[in-house]
Amino acid sequence: MTPAGAGTARENGAGKPAPATDGPILRIEDLVVELPGPHGTRTRVVDGVSFDVPRAATVGLIGESGSGKTMTAQAVLGLPPEGATLTGRLLWHGEDLLAATPARRRAVRGREIAMIFQDPLAALNPTQRIGRQIGEVPRRDRLPRAEVNRRVVELLDRVGVPEPARRMRAYPHELSGGLRQRAVIAMALAGNPALLLADEPTTALDVTVQSRILRLLADIRAADGLAMLLVSHDLRVVSHVGERVVVMYAGRICERGPARDVLRRPAHPYTAALVRSVPAVRTRTAPADPLPGAPATPANRPVGCAFHPRCPLARARCRAEPPKVREVAPDRWSACHFAEEVPGS
Amino acid sequence: MSTGERDLLDVRELYVTYGGRGGGRRGGHAAVAGVSLSVAPEETLGLVGESGSGKTTVARCVAGLLRPRAGTVTFEGRPLGRAGHRPPELQRAVQMVFQDPRSSLNPRMTVASVIAEVWRTHPVTAPEGDRTEALHRLLAAMGLDPDVASRRAGDLSGGQCQRVSIARALAVRPRLLVCDEAVSALDVSVQAQILRLLAELRGRHRLAMLFISHDLGVVHQIADRVAVMRRGVIVEEGRTVEVLTAPRHPYTRALLDAALDLDDPVPGDGTADGGAAG
Repeated sequence: MTPAGAGTARENGAGKPAPATDGPILRIEDLVVELPGPHGTRTRVVDGVSFDVPRAATVGLIGESGSGKTMTAQAVLGLPPEGATLTGRLLWHGEDLLAATPARRRAVRGREIAMIFQDPLAALNPTQRIGRQIGEVPRRDRLPRAEVNRRVVELLDRVGVPEPARRMRAYPHELSGGLRQRAVIAMALAGNPALLLADEPTTALDVTVQSRILRLLADIRAADGLAMLLVSHDLRVVSHVGERVVVMYAGRICERGPARDVLRRPAHPYTAALVRSVPAVRTRTAPADPLPGAPATPANRPVGCAFHPRCPLARARCRAEPPKVREVAPDRWSACHFAEEVPGS
Repeated sequence: MSTGERDLLDVRELYVTYGGRGGGRRGGHAAVAGVSLSVAPEETLGLVGESGSGKTTVARCVAGLLRPRAGTVTFEGRPLGRAGHRPPELQRAVQMVFQDPRSSLNPRMTVASVIAEVWRTHPVTAPEGDRTEALHRLLAAMGLDPDVASRRAGDLSGGQCQRVSIARALAVRPRLLVCDEAVSALDVSVQAQILRLLAELRGRHRLAMLFISHDLGVVHQIADRVAVMRRGVIVEEGRTVEVLTAPRHPYTRALLDAALDLDDPVPGDGTADGGAAG
């Protein structure tokens, strides 16, 4: 089988006027993640993924279940599941993290690259006060206790937790869902990271809390020049905070480019279908013409283009040849043989 | 607005308390504090609110899974008691579809046996003649292939599972479907399929629906009327288009302000669009 992404590793170099003057903070090149499957088989859950996270930018990584979006984030963090094999390159300021020693990986994780998870209750230790958990990284730096406490209060204050000196003594269960997620964000910020990985950071939250947390993430980003990789199934969230988006399906990239352009004029039939599926809140719309079938899974990835069984544009070529990611318009990248025919593109 | 005697479902002054003692005395936490609502035949009422608003508690009372501390729940004027104590025709009339189809279906049972079980419980709804053929017809109406009949629920995708849950509910020819976050756990592309299916089945089977959801967009698509709950009470109720485009209650307004649509600027952030409209 030819990996679909084999040709994508070089596509980024094509002399585009880059938005930032420096190189990207993170460049993912032809990332392949394989997990052990049944009967000694290997399942390729991430299949030749390449994209950049520019300095101080927010990149939204969109996909449904089985798309490989979370696995991609875990690979970047250096915490892939047991038994996974990773190939390709993860260039962190130019240094390949996949080739780094375990000690170097540990040094990067939690400090240069930090992660916020979907479920703050699962991310926090229920038996420890939140101040202790947030202070873990400063404590590892052997700062004196008063200094650690001062830092914890500062972090909690920064993420908008009221009465931080009192709240740092609370246990996770004593806080509301929104405050818990703020504590988790404080924990992630404790190591002064340059990149924040956020996996569905607001999915478990109520809508009024969600908008405040998104606001907080936007503020932190603006203040610190932090880059963020936001993993989400929710196009609405990504359209609000992402400057760029990457759309994944069955372990591969469908499309990537500037968020607004991609979501307004998709260049892949799958993105177009996702956008149509999002019900509008403020106007009454009829339920969309849905895609047939269920999302393909990496274990049962159709040959050719993985999306072809659900695709309205599919034809013989799509059933035979996996499309490569190609530039279909300036800074617009699509893995569709017929990207130019996507309605509204 | 209640249409009085023409209502199919009528909930009056419902009170539910969790954590209190003796099922009725004071103390404990009031999850629902005086909710009244009604659903007319073939009407869909959307019930929206955030977590802890009490919307699921109302649904569970209607389904008979919870006993209210006070208040009445009637169906065409007949009281709906606890699920197990309802006369069979009332049991059939009100069916429920839950958020997580995987936990509401026994993963080891085949789809055929899931449906056979409800037909055994409600023999009057069991098809005459060839049951296999009737089962395949039912599955086809849900957009499922006949070969799904022999599969175990645990081997199905999330969307297929939710179709089977809806098939199980419709197999007994209900008049009211209570959907509690029925599309919330599904992938977006699958969510659109199930919404389409529900809208179509509602027309074909002349179903009324009590549609509970935290997603205002989904409710805007499917509900005729909407009731907004907060902390155990309904704060606003009316025709969906009116409530969601011209809300009167500050809480409804706050919910709408916080809800994201594709393509708006970050809520409350005047800088997101650089001042340029559109």
